[in-house]
Amino acid sequence: MNTPPLAYADLFVSALIVLGAGFALVGSWGLVRLPSLMERLHGPTKASTLGLGAMLVASVVWFQLGKGVWTTHELLIPMFLFITAPISANMIAKVHLHRLRTGEASEPAGPAGPPPPPPGSADWATHEVPHEGTPGDFAGD
Amino acid sequence: MSRLLPHPGLSALLVVMWMVMVGDFTFGTLFLALVVGVLVPIFTAPWWPGRPRVRFRPALAYAAIVLWDILVANFQVAAIILFRRTHDLRPAWVTIPLELTSAEAITVFAGTISLTPGTVSADVSACGKYLLVHALHAPDPASEVAKVKARYEARLKEIFL
Repeated sequence: MNTPPLAYADLFVSALIVLGAGFALVGSWGLVRLPSLMERLHGPTKASTLGLGAMLVASVVWFQLGKGVWTTHELLIPMFLFITAPISANMIAKVHLHRLRTGEASEPAGPAGPPPPPPGSADWATHEVPHEGTPGDFAGD
Repeated sequence: MSRLLPHPGLSALLVVMWMVMVGDFTFGTLFLALVVGVLVPIFTAPWWPGRPRVRFRPALAYAAIVLWDILVANFQVAAIILFRRTHDLRPAWVTIPLELTSAEAITVFAGTISLTPGTVSADVSACGKYLLVHALHAPDPASEVAKVKARYEARLKEIFL
């Protein structure tokens, strides 16, 4: 009954840190065990975001309950992560597609096989310049 | 007005981000935030030729939905990594026909797909009408396409006018 309030805060913060570390570990384990490059891309774009989020919440809670100050800059880190993670995943995927086509892939296509071409006459933008007037056409800029 | 504030939304975002980053809500910080929020858009205006028109309220609702889905996605992908054996896994390429036309809307759509359950967007077609998506576990790719289009693309069509 005489437990100081800080002990509960410490427990809560510790739980969040362990949860965050657990998700980061699962994301890394995904890198080891999933069968090919495209599957392995799913680990770092997803399972690690919650890991980071839990640790940042732990940081906010610790500074509030331990030091009595609100910190807000932790909120910016997930925001930048949500903007950059899809872009880096996209660039890795595009390099993989390009190498599959040119036959210099670092590993063969995974269980899903090589990607199907899009319906119609156009190819994917990795292999063909974006057509005039489409959102990807920056030739005139 | 448009000379001083070429991109009001960008200015507001910069002010909020500066305040959040400093974490010290005093008049001096706000003044510096306003200086940054006004000057940066003026000097970077040549690189922002167009300004997409965005509806604010549906955009906030969309952000809330995506944050929730990211939370769910983490548990789903963690469960697949930990418990599903490799020969039970059904990865698949999925081609999603796009109804969105603006570059900004397609970018947000592709980013959302990458962050939410079991899908990573890989490429867009040269004609801008199809999105190539890799699904980690999709026994039924057609239902995956229908789900993503109903949940995200329909809402994005309301946001980007």
